[in-house]
Amino acid sequence: MDTPVRNDRFRAGFWTVLCALFTLAFLVIAVLRFTKGLGAVTNLSDRFPWGLWIGFDLLCGVGLAAGAFTVTACVHLFNLKAYEPIVRPTILTGFLGYVFVIVALLLDLGQPWNIWHAIIYWNHHSVMFEVAWCVMLYTTVLSIEFSPVVLERFGFHKVAHMIHKFITPLVIVGVCLSTLHQSSLGSVYLIVPSKLHPIWYTPMLPLLFFTSAVGAGLGMVVIESYLSGRAFGRHLEMDLLAPLGRVMVAVLSIYGLMRIQTIAHNGAFRDIIGLTYEGKMFILEFAIGVLAPVILLAIDKVRNNPTGLVTGAFLAVMGFVVNRLNVSVTGMERSAGIHYIPSAMEITVSIALVGIGMAIFALACRYLPIFPDAKGAKRSRRPASPSPDLVPAEEGR
Amino acid sequence: MTVGLLYDSTRCVGCHACSQACKEQNKLPGEVQDHTTAYTWTVVKEHEGAFVRQMCMHCLEPSCASVCPVGALHKTKEGPVVYDAKKCMGCRYCMLACPFEVPKYQWDRAVPVVGKCIMCYDRVKEGKATACAEACPTQATVFGERKELIMDARERMRANPSGYQDAIYGIKEVGGTGVLMLSGVPFASLGLKTGLPEEAPPMRTWQVLSKIPDFVAIWAASLYAIHWITKRRDDVAKAEGGE
Ligand code: SF4
Ligand code: SF4
Ligand code: SF4
Repeated sequence: MDTPVRNDRFRAGFWTVLCALFTLAFLVIAVLRFTKGLGAVTNLSDRFPWGLWIGFDLLCGVGLAAGAFTVTACVHLFNLKAYEPIVRPTILTGFLGYVFVIVALLLDLGQPWNIWHAIIYWNHHSVMFEVAWCVMLYTTVLSIEFSPVVLERFGFHKVAHMIHKFITPLVIVGVCLSTLHQSSLGSVYLIVPSKLHPIWYTPMLPLLFFTSAVGAGLGMVVIESYLSGRAFGRHLEMDLLAPLGRVMVAVLSIYGLMRIQTIAHNGAFRDIIGLTYEGKMFILEFAIGVLAPVILLAIDKVRNNPTGLVTGAFLAVMGFVVNRLNVSVTGMERSAGIHYIPSAMEITVSIALVGIGMAIFALACRYLPIFPDAKGAKRSRRPASPSPDLVPAEEGR
Repeated sequence: MTVGLLYDSTRCVGCHACSQACKEQNKLPGEVQDHTTAYTWTVVKEHEGAFVRQMCMHCLEPSCASVCPVGALHKTKEGPVVYDAKKCMGCRYCMLACPFEVPKYQWDRAVPVVGKCIMCYDRVKEGKATACAEACPTQATVFGERKELIMDARERMRANPSGYQDAIYGIKEVGGTGVLMLSGVPFASLGLKTGLPEEAPPMRTWQVLSKIPDFVAIWAASLYAIHWITKRRDDVAKAEGGE
């Protein structure tokens, strides 16, 4: 029998009420959007057709779910068994991330009821076509990877076991799909050489998007372990997470160097030194997303300290968000000739989606065997002979 | 055979007959606006006494068609780039991708579609000229085969070298366009986009997309190899450890 993690500190407090309010607002806006059109709720226009819902919900939602494929690859392909305890929460985060993206897309698409057209009308010259397929397939892979957790909860251990048999090919497919569409979100912008500002436009966009997603995805793993640790009174698994911080230093450094190199190649340093609008936004992005986390996490003392580690990870994630918004909004503004500022309703929808996602995550942690040991205080590695109650849990990878 | 339009700014008198004809031909509601919208597919703008038409350029390698995930926009063999509202899911990637900012959206509709000039494809298929070309009183807009239009344009420039800029807009921009333009003043001062790449933008994405099958094969195989190696190392260690 699996014991769902209990959270005794749960109260219908401030956050629950806030989340409920945002959900309500979300529903109202959704109704408005589908009766009055996109123009009524967003600040989008013919000059600025893609806004916050693409820049934040889609680009960041997918990117921050990158922890799932990184961690599953570590455990199942690189055989780093120590990371097993965090596989389930990261898969769940990944899955919720994609659901979040799909819901956001349903609002953003002009005719969401035609979304399935991507299945029957093929245009393999379109990056968006590839992204659509990867998101569909990868969401399926994530739900299969996650299904044992739900199956176990309801006692279908046989089925869970069967899924476990296919875990290696499943993880390989998942990693391939992730690699593809994480980078493809960068390729989306390859088509606008004359529109995207030279600080961000480069043929390297796919590689840059992939690398930064790995960095930020790992940051998310650290943050979510921290948050769930707090919520469920578990210790932060520093011996597991600190090495992730070290990997982040490596990934972000490589990413940072590539960025500098492409900007130099484009001759766009002028804008940065000249502190133009774009230059300032780049400095913000680079300082909080690359420089600060690399410096912080490179210091052993900071990295091995829970607060230091979480701060570094948080900065990397924030920098990642600013980067995606810079590519999708800041970098496009000059050619569009206008400033786009999302409407209050667009912002509300994005916040509501994040809130709902976090609420579902918290609920799932309470009622499903997400964390291997309920108390979690002493995480043991249980090498050769797992305790009986953990056998099904082992299969959930 | 690729058909197209030649627009000669020096002959244009700014009468807006083309915009009006387009509205009627394509049954677009409302009055002609001063900028293109989902309901006004072409407008004539005045820049210090010189006129310029704005409309879809019908690129030879259209960015809009290349990015559309469902192929709602496509380049016909005759040349016009047409739109199928029934396929469209409203992602608006075409709007982002078009180097000339042509596709427009019905922001005010609950069921919105994209609006842009389709070079009167139905008429073209029947061998007729476009409605705007037919309506033009001064032949500032003429319809024809792209090759012949280029020769026609060169002829006009040769006949009156001082009257024209020494270039045809649309010959090389983004890989060439089906709509060609002549002007007496620099193109930039007409508000036309200059400094556009000569290479068609779809090439840039295709360079990446076309490598995907190979990439996936190699990547998947390497991942499996890594898995095999690490697993074997583990097994060996276990056996040696006498577990
Ligand atoms: S001008 Fe824009 S809309 Fe027209 S064919 Fe070219 S890319 Fe497509
Ligand atoms: S908005 Fe419609 S036509 Fe434009 S790219 Fe998207 S699906 Fe294609
Ligand atoms: S070619 Fe036809 S659709 Fe295009 S602007 Fe002229 S009249 Fe309108």
